[in-house]
Amino acid sequence: MSAAGGNPPVLVGRDIRKTFRRHTGDVVKALDAVSLEVGPGMLTALVGPDGAGKTTLIRLAAGLMTADTGELKVLDIDVAADPQQVQERIGYMPQRFGLYEDLSVLENLNLYADMHGVTAAERRERYPRLMEMTALGRFTDRLAGRLSGGMKQKLGLACTLVRLPELLLLDEPTVGVDPLSRRDLWKIIRQLVHDQGLTVLLSTSYLDEAERCDRSVVLQEGRVLAQGPPAELSRKAAGRTFLAEPPAGQTARGLQARLLDDPGIVDAVPEGGQVRFVRAAPEADPVASVGALQGAAVVPAQPRFEDGFMILLRGTAAAGQALAGSTILDRPPERYGDEVVIEVRDLVRRFGSFAAVDHVSFEVRPGAIFGLLGPNGAGKTTTFRMLCGLLPATSGTLRVAGVDLRQARASARQRIGYVAQKFSLYGPLSVTENLEFFASAYGLHGGRRRDRIGWAMRQFELARFARLPSEQLPGGYKQRLAMAAALLHQPEILFLDEPTSGADPLARREFWRRISALAEQGVTAIITTHFLEEAEYCDRVAIMDAGRVLAQGTPAEVRRRARPEPGRSPTMEEAFIAIVEAARHGESPHAASVGGDA
Amino acid sequence: MLEAIRRILGLTWKELLAVLKDPRGRITLLIPPVFQCLIYGYVATYDLNDVPYAVLDRDRSAASRDLVARLDGSRAFHRLADLYRTEDLKTAIDERRVLLVIGIDSDFERKLLLGQPADVQVIADGRNSNTAGTALGYVGAVVTAFNADWRAAHGQGGSQVRVALRAWYNPNLETRWHMIPSLIGTLTLLQTLLLTAMSVAREREEGTFDQLLVTPFRPVEIMAGKALPSVLIGFVQATNILLVAQLWFQIPFAGSFLTLYTGLSLFLLAAVGIGLLVSSIAATMQQAMLYSFLVMMPFALLSGLATPLSSMPKALEDLTRVNPLRYAIDIAERVYLEGAGLDLLLPDLWPLALIAIVTLSTASWLFRHRVT
Repeated sequence: MSAAGGNPPVLVGRDIRKTFRRHTGDVVKALDAVSLEVGPGMLTALVGPDGAGKTTLIRLAAGLMTADTGELKVLDIDVAADPQQVQERIGYMPQRFGLYEDLSVLENLNLYADMHGVTAAERRERYPRLMEMTALGRFTDRLAGRLSGGMKQKLGLACTLVRLPELLLLDEPTVGVDPLSRRDLWKIIRQLVHDQGLTVLLSTSYLDEAERCDRSVVLQEGRVLAQGPPAELSRKAAGRTFLAEPPAGQTARGLQARLLDDPGIVDAVPEGGQVRFVRAAPEADPVASVGALQGAAVVPAQPRFEDGFMILLRGTAAAGQALAGSTILDRPPERYGDEVVIEVRDLVRRFGSFAAVDHVSFEVRPGAIFGLLGPNGAGKTTTFRMLCGLLPATSGTLRVAGVDLRQARASARQRIGYVAQKFSLYGPLSVTENLEFFASAYGLHGGRRRDRIGWAMRQFELARFARLPSEQLPGGYKQRLAMAAALLHQPEILFLDEPTSGADPLARREFWRRISALAEQGVTAIITTHFLEEAEYCDRVAIMDAGRVLAQGTPAEVRRRARPEPGRSPTMEEAFIAIVEAARHGESPHAASVGGDA
Repeated sequence: MLEAIRRILGLTWKELLAVLKDPRGRITLLIPPVFQCLIYGYVATYDLNDVPYAVLDRDRSAASRDLVARLDGSRAFHRLADLYRTEDLKTAIDERRVLLVIGIDSDFERKLLLGQPADVQVIADGRNSNTAGTALGYVGAVVTAFNADWRAAHGQGGSQVRVALRAWYNPNLETRWHMIPSLIGTLTLLQTLLLTAMSVAREREEGTFDQLLVTPFRPVEIMAGKALPSVLIGFVQATNILLVAQLWFQIPFAGSFLTLYTGLSLFLLAAVGIGLLVSSIAATMQQAMLYSFLVMMPFALLSGLATPLSSMPKALEDLTRVNPLRYAIDIAERVYLEGAGLDLLLPDLWPLALIAIVTLSTASWLFRHRVT
């Protein structure tokens, strides 16, 4: 196969429609008159917010379901008529790939090779290449269940590729994968496309990933908003994208929040200490009619795919309303002056001989947002579980609001709110029932209970889903419900473990707006995240790897640790990769702290 | 204290909602026990009816015909064949056509008339020793009656001793009378054990348990909030089985319902305690399910439901003392058939209370201390 032009497209869809019926009876249009083409030897990305129809489209292409109407041809075969023949020639990796966790890496590979009838001779030729590509060669005897999230994804990809397919379908292959593993996965995918001429269709909610593809198809609520080379979409934002430097004494986060409230602004995100914003319409004078800027210095910026994407999304009727998320507490938490709210000193947690958390120290001041960044298995969640009193520490001190939650009386937990990494409310219970349960868990009753549940329903716009079982909520609303449940009792400290993992760009902006608003009102938040650009929202961040804190300080301080590259300020992701790689290669990771107070 | 009670009630309500909101959940909890109870009532019986048998009558006298007529006349036996050759005897048993063969010697009547002992040969299919034993017992009873009548009719003296048999509390020794009350404990144990074992394991697997542990719930409150709904559901199931026993099988109830439910509540607490213990040890729902079945089998075998405790080896008999089902069956039978009061049941009640206290407190300690 070659990527020569003029070859017929590998996948052609015409006017595809697919509807689903929810348990509650309402009909959801997953795909609504979708037409698209995937060219041979190309890397095509399906992008869009949660519920846009990305997964449905990929499952249709894999012949796992059939469309209501429309035509879908893969490799010139009608998928609906002959799914078996299509499946024999394509590779498909679902969001949660079916690895057998109790089998070793090699046994998993063999299993998939057996299923696809790969001969022993082909295996001898194929396995070494897959092992080299995925760097799993050293781990062939390890149980799949004991691999890290990133390694599991690589193994899933290797299993999909035991036989070279003519089209590779990947459904959100990098969700929940840390930046380093994400980079590795992308290296593999690019290699496949460029060296082996493979055609790849993947779905993603990471817009920087879509930017690196040959073509992108933007989906929103089942409709194609745009398709073409990503640069085309970026060009939409030309002349509308700017960088604003917050005036002295103001935070980038505060400026960003004000900009988002401005009707003339489509998008605003903190970036490298500044705020990148996109205007709804091009304007000669960037500052004109934007009151929120309040004298901030503004320079034009290079438009990105993400900027164009936001213009496209906010331009449609459905997403046209203002971004939700400025959460107002009805009573700000009591302030504790400037005393430290969370203090961690020399914290160690060993599992057997393995130190999951290795002499970690940091402190968090009231009303601050503290970010813990790190790859999978860095020890972030273990640190979190110890802070919340869910796991005993092997040694070291930890104080949350002055006490160790593991030893403290149960009432001390009244002061914290906790949002776990994956949705962990009660799925079969309705939104109201979940809120009522957590209200009684926190001792809210009578009028106060009614007030607080009413507050949660209003602030998080949950009222229209009040009776829906929470497991059937759309992704973004699950997140809202989890936040609402954690905030019912007005905690002063919020623990958020990977709250934005798997969330689409809109949901992530909304989430951070809430957190910023809460911090303004005095709530202290400690957050782990994979999304390094999100570190910009934090007052201080700590970068963790292999159980140790490699760097901590304000986002600006940490960013300066990146390998200097002339002419451009380093991004948080570059800084992160530089710091982690330096530490892994045994270079001295400098001191644990870069100094400076938040 | 009030706060704690509110939290416990909140958790109880949540648990009940989680189990009963789903129509499938409601059906699987309420229908199978009633159904199983009906099945056991009809199927699990040691009483024999219509046992097929054959006769090899070499005598063909009035006496031999009288004996065979007595067997035919009892509702327990059903004559399938008359055999003429000794060889047929073996094939009839081997082919499982009959369970018994009665062989009567050619001098049967002659010996009887002479007042000498006359032999009747009874061959039973011992492959099912239980049934064979019972059937032989029945034949014995028929022969004894025949003997007595023969002697009276022929003016022979002989044995003066007659055994007068009376079975107390179950005069006709109906298996059903023993079986159904025992099921109140047995069937509810299986269901409450599974229900409780899954409850914490499910929360652990779905990550909601951490969410629960970071709220102000104390371990004891979680334990209470988890135990209470299972006990309530157990009561409903026990009541359903009781209703089947009373209304359908119409087994006479000699004791007081208050006594029965007092015993049941201690039993349910013990069962729920074991379930919670299983649940706090298991890491996943699958493990919880496996462990539950793993403990359920010995509980059922070592309970006295099917085999008498007194005939077990000493070591196993001692082991039954930690089995809540053993006490539940004893309580149910004694309250049901004997009408025993709480004072008489004390030897059953305190071990149940002890099992409940030990398992429930261990489980609540493990909630927080089990390192995952």
